[in-house]
Amino acid sequence: MRFMMIVKATTDSEAGVIPSQELIDAMQKYNEELVKAGVLLAADGLQPTSSGIRISYPEPGEKPKVMDGPFTESKELIAGYTLIEVKSREEAIEWALRMPDPHGYGQGEIELRQVYEAEDFMDNPETLAKEVTLRKQVAEQKKAW
Amino acid sequence: MTLSETHRTIDAIWRMESAKLIASLTRMIQDVGIAEDLAQDALVIALERWPEIGIPDNPGAWLMTTAKRRAIDLMRRTKRRDQKYLEIARGMDLYKEEDVDHALEGEIGDDLLRLIFMTCHPVLSQDARVALTLRLLCGLTTDEIARSFLVAESTIAQRVVRAKRTLRAEKVPFEVPAGEQRDKRLSAVLEVIYLMFNEGYSATSGDDWIRPLLCQEALRLGRVLSEIVPQEPEVYGLVALMEIQSSRLKTRVSATGEPILLMDQNRAKWDRLLIRRGIAALKRSQELGSTLGPYALQAAISACHAEAPTAAETDWIRIAALYEALSRVTPSPIVELNRAVAISMAFGPSYGLEIVDELSAEPSLKGYHLLPSVRGDLLVKLGRFDEAHTEFERAASMTRNYREKELLQNRAHECES
Repeated sequence: MRFMMIVKATTDSEAGVIPSQELIDAMQKYNEELVKAGVLLAADGLQPTSSGIRISYPEPGEKPKVMDGPFTESKELIAGYTLIEVKSREEAIEWALRMPDPHGYGQGEIELRQVYEAEDFMDNPETLAKEVTLRKQVAEQKKAW
Repeated sequence: MTLSETHRTIDAIWRMESAKLIASLTRMIQDVGIAEDLAQDALVIALERWPEIGIPDNPGAWLMTTAKRRAIDLMRRTKRRDQKYLEIARGMDLYKEEDVDHALEGEIGDDLLRLIFMTCHPVLSQDARVALTLRLLCGLTTDEIARSFLVAESTIAQRVVRAKRTLRAEKVPFEVPAGEQRDKRLSAVLEVIYLMFNEGYSATSGDDWIRPLLCQEALRLGRVLSEIVPQEPEVYGLVALMEIQSSRLKTRVSATGEPILLMDQNRAKWDRLLIRRGIAALKRSQELGSTLGPYALQAAISACHAEAPTAAETDWIRIAALYEALSRVTPSPIVELNRAVAISMAFGPSYGLEIVDELSAEPSLKGYHLLPSVRGDLLVKLGRFDEAHTEFERAASMTRNYREKELLQNRAHECES
């Protein structure tokens, strides 16, 4: 089963402050551990929300509202994620516990979420057909480049 | 934490740490059976103590220290105050609980590699290699292994015990062989991993969750191996092959359990992340080796399918070329038959038929139902329905699989009208 370890944003990450060398080293070591154990699927850090865009639908059926960052309420924002493949929920928790405190200053927070498997919601044939068309278009665009 | 929660956590930690524990202990004791017992002892102690004292901050180091203490106790009891004992005693000084990880860095990978070379040793039968590897490297229980192979737990338990006995009797050393021997043994390791993977992949029966478990374990082990021996193109080739094949795990069987052929699978359900990882591993393999090995070639064929947005857009010319390369590296009538299919898709059925006809004299394919089945298919495409009819009938009489037989009879019937 797959889990996403979501690292929440902090005032520092939102301000674009580069983490200390110590933290960078610790994170790198941790990621290497995940790779060596064969559980890491993907990991990325996100730029602050000052360069983010938010699209919302305050009126159902109406046009969406597009808003430029930065966004406030930093506890709700995310700064990065790590995707792992593990055998159990407990193993995911154990891995998350081994991640270094991502920020310090009492602000570090990691949220662990299980990923839906494709079959959980992809059984609708119409959705599937659309997905095929979409991927075909993407592939054609790639060829055109 | 409740007791059962703690136990589940300990299970998870065991799975994460057991291979490393057993590998380190085997290096000290030089006996994989005793090493596993010692690691198990440490697990039992953890199960007793952790519910009371809580999960330690560094559970891996805790288990390692505990197991090593047991190792020394054992040595004392058996009064083997020899070189080996001194070595362990020295080791104990080195591995303080808090810096076990640090002290072992660099060595752990080597120990794991020695362990996998041991569990995949040619003195063991293929079945024994797979069972022992799942047990010692993947931390699976005998029950889990038994369920994934649809055999009784006692069968697996016996297989594992016998394998460990054989390793002891044959004095198989805990080492990475050198030179030419290394290459040979490494391909034996890859074979075990791929066998494990295929066991999970090809099965369409059995427990729903346990079969994918075999695929996942094989893939995980392959990824681990690629980190330990990062210069081996075929290791990446195998990882690439397994990543890409895993991307189709959920689409190859219908809701009613019937196998779905690659061309008919729903590509929207293929796992794009695994495909991307597979293609990256394949690229790595290509960068490392001057020519592609058999796993990398199969991965490249698999990648062709993965990259085609629809079945109709499959690059058959490339696939035919890759099969030709594969048949040069590992010549086999089965590869030839596959090449025939690719050739017919790329250049037309008559070209495929030429290859198939050459194969019809092949003794090893006698009784192989896919030969007449493929031939029948090509004949249909050429409009030679009478001959096709005979081929499908022949193929139907050769297969013991009921569903397949029915399908082939239907195809034969279609040729009549």
